[in-house]
Amino acid sequence: MIHVEVTNGAFDGPTALAPLSRLGGGAVASFTGIARDDGGVIAIELEHYPAMTKASLDTLVNEAVARWSLLGSVLIHRVGVISVGEPIVFVGTAASHRAEALEACAYLIDRLKTTAPFWKKEHRLDGSAQWVEAKASDDARGNEWSSQ
Amino acid sequence: MKLVYFARVREAIGVDSEERDLPAEVQTVADCVIWLTAQGANYATAFSELPRLRFALDQQMVWEETLLEGASELAIFPPVTGG
Repeated sequence: MIHVEVTNGAFDGPTALAPLSRLGGGAVASFTGIARDDGGVIAIELEHYPAMTKASLDTLVNEAVARWSLLGSVLIHRVGVISVGEPIVFVGTAASHRAEALEACAYLIDRLKTTAPFWKKEHRLDGSAQWVEAKASDDARGNEWSSQ
Repeated sequence: MKLVYFARVREAIGVDSEERDLPAEVQTVADCVIWLTAQGANYATAFSELPRLRFALDQQMVWEETLLEGASELAIFPPVTGG
């Protein structure tokens, strides 16, 4: 069971997670990324590359399913304007055992952050807006998975 | 070739996409960036830091030395920041 979605609207993580627990495996893991209030940020705007986004997420999920023999995986990413406190991204994995589910979940979010075509812009209370800079630490985490 | 831009690159250039007839000597992604840089101050601003640019050729991530070789769409953008 694989579900990959790019959406303009809000989504509910627990609802997305539920089908993963019915696949007969012994382990389900998930990660939810939430728009954070970083010193006066009121909303985050997510730009993406529509012609490429879905395919790049599909590729990541297919890689994770093959590498960790997952029973299922869910990957949902929001685009557009997201208020602080709302979820931006949801990753769910189901496997026979916990190590596979947890590692695949970490892999998916780490690789998404460095390879999927999304760009964040922070909107602040004073009306200013600023593109978020990519972090070297994210690159390092994303690359670690290639060397294992 | 169709050129598409995202995030701060798109804002600096002022359009999100355009069609360009590239001269024959423009063979790689880097050649294209150098050629565009000479097309106007907005391009020079957008591409002022080559190491801070990322590229996708026909929706596949590529490096600056990649040959364009008949591809139909080149995307130029800053490092991604999703998740």
